[in-house]
Amino acid sequence: MANVAVPQSEYQAPKERGWYKRNEIAVTPWLFLIPGILFFMVYVIIPIFQSFYYSTLSWDGLGEAQNVGLANYAELWDDGAFYTSLKNNFIWLALYLLAIPAGLFIALLLNQTVWGIRLYKSLFFFPFVISQVVVGLVFGWFYDPTFGLFNIALGWFGLGPINVLGDEAYVTYGIIAAGLWPQTAYCMILYLTGLNAVDPEQIEAARLDGAKRLKMLWYVVVPQLKPATFIAFVVTIIGALRSFDLISIMTNGGPFGSSRVLSFYMFEVALSEYGFRMGYGAAVAVVLFLIMLVFITYFLYSMYNEEKGR
Amino acid sequence: MHKFLKASTAALALAVAATGANADGHALSGDLVIFSDMSNPAPRAVMEGMVERFGEMHPDLNIELTVIDREAYKTQIRNFLTANTPDVANWYAANRMKPYVDAGLFEDISDVWEGQLSEELASTKGAMTLDGKQWGVPYTYYQWGVYYRKDIYEELGLKEPTTWDEEKANCQAILDSGRKCYTIGTKFLWTAGGWFDYLNMRTNGYDFHASLLGGNEKWDSPEVRATFANWKELLDMGAFVDNHTSYSWQESLPFIVSGEAAAILKGNFAVPPLREAGLDDSKLDFYQFPAITDGIAMAEDAPTDTFHIPSGASNKDAAKAFLKFVVSAENQTLINAGDALGQLPVNSKSSVDDDKFLLEGFEMLSSNSPGGVAQFFDRDAPAEMAKVGMEGLQEFMVKPDNLDAILARLDKAAERIYK
Repeated sequence: MANVAVPQSEYQAPKERGWYKRNEIAVTPWLFLIPGILFFMVYVIIPIFQSFYYSTLSWDGLGEAQNVGLANYAELWDDGAFYTSLKNNFIWLALYLLAIPAGLFIALLLNQTVWGIRLYKSLFFFPFVISQVVVGLVFGWFYDPTFGLFNIALGWFGLGPINVLGDEAYVTYGIIAAGLWPQTAYCMILYLTGLNAVDPEQIEAARLDGAKRLKMLWYVVVPQLKPATFIAFVVTIIGALRSFDLISIMTNGGPFGSSRVLSFYMFEVALSEYGFRMGYGAAVAVVLFLIMLVFITYFLYSMYNEEKGR
Repeated sequence: MHKFLKASTAALALAVAATGANADGHALSGDLVIFSDMSNPAPRAVMEGMVERFGEMHPDLNIELTVIDREAYKTQIRNFLTANTPDVANWYAANRMKPYVDAGLFEDISDVWEGQLSEELASTKGAMTLDGKQWGVPYTYYQWGVYYRKDIYEELGLKEPTTWDEEKANCQAILDSGRKCYTIGTKFLWTAGGWFDYLNMRTNGYDFHASLLGGNEKWDSPEVRATFANWKELLDMGAFVDNHTSYSWQESLPFIVSGEAAAILKGNFAVPPLREAGLDDSKLDFYQFPAITDGIAMAEDAPTDTFHIPSGASNKDAAKAFLKFVVSAENQTLINAGDALGQLPVNSKSSVDDDKFLLEGFEMLSSNSPGGVAQFFDRDAPAEMAKVGMEGLQEFMVKPDNLDAILARLDKAAERIYK
């Protein structure tokens, strides 16, 4: 029971703390980030600059590379196939956005409590779960000019047959329609979760003030869905710009190259069966990157603003 | 049938075992990795059969076979030749293997060809030779030509055409009976290349054709325009099935099976699926593509499929033994038989199977093709040119009026590609 007090003379000052201990709070987040940063650098950032470099080469990917300066870009400048792809890319961007209002519409439709609503929700969500390749195949059969359902249905109205995927006038729209099917489901699920967070009191208040239908939707519900809309916008834009698998499966870029987009054209000249032009493909990739950069900048800017506003 | 197979397998095993003992004197061991594009049902069975028989001959050898979808293989080969290299890989002859030869990715196997083999495979040696060396071995080749519905021709009282006028007259009669003359599926472009090959070889001859694809002639020339003018005659008649841009060649077959189209210009690989779909020899027949310009020697397409050893292979001894086994006379007879690949053996000591189409094709290539034998549009032209070219051909088939723009585009591309 002897509580012996430590004499002053024997007091030991705490040891000098290590460098890590002193800077723990500043350093630890970076330590945790290192693997992520490393992978992001190796797989995203460095390849971007590599693409810039490759786009100045004439290289078949196997043999000796030759520096040709900006010759690849000069060739792009009057390459008809490039402009077709660029035009299709913009058509994709514009029409793919239809998935957002369509998704909102279906979400509003499904946002009610009826017996079995979960089943309906899953059914509407289903197309997003299946692979794009399967979607492409299914729509390929659907559009088949001789045996497909689409033309049989047109026949009921005395129309058609229309060879959707074999006609350069319709082919891009036909593929976008196929792409909208899963994309709409994706936007729908985003809005369904968003709708859960809509404040019922505000709805009640709006109702007392006499807001109805479209006005209610536009001035009360949609503003509260802004975070969901933002995400839907981001994923749809990205989806439109990387629309590759559907084109590859449904038309292989045809007929005579009229359904190509930049990402597919890049693949074709650089990596496909007849592609041996890494430099030219990289030049296409750089153009695609610059287009994406516009959107990426906008996204980052608006996210930054949001953070700042808090 | 079964007995025959067994007997020949045994004979084969004996024969190769004997030569193997002489040549190497030691047993093969280790792993042999084979990547193959023989993914259609019949070729796949052939490939698996070869591996099994080769495995029986070399029990210490562990053979790993990977069969990759034929279309996907064409893009994957670039990856696996540079990393993760197999010991044996399929590919194609002539210009099509040039990028890999130039890049040093295929092994020079001239030593395999030395002596006896060069004699036995004389007919395809040229297609396997670049820079005076051999870079692989062929395992099969096949004729191209018109496969037609015999019963429809008989019903309409038509005969196999030998001239362009007869061809067009036949086609008109077929169209009048409410059918289409030819089925074709151009979704993957190369089928249109076959039509151009034949029309151009018949209009201007083999030498001009080879020179055009070799980059020594202009596309916008009177000769090429004459070829397209002949093609346009068929297009204006409405000779081809509608909507061919939507179909692969396999998807275009139902039209000839159902009788909605009377014929197809195709390689002999179309015969097994057509037979399977119910067209027996009384309904399906073959004729050589008819002459167009008088006095021009007939020339044919006969593409050769091949095996190569990547230069990064780890078991080259076993790989070379496998290649020798593939081209041996007995194996060639076996794998090219009508119930296997249904194509022509590359070894002159092999026997052609007793099959109507194979006999006719063999006869045609050996005695009625004095002009020369081409590989195919996309194997004779450099890959990039083939791509631009076949796209132009497909566009022409849909919009013949765009011809001027198409030819100008091809010339512009050619200027860059062949320089």
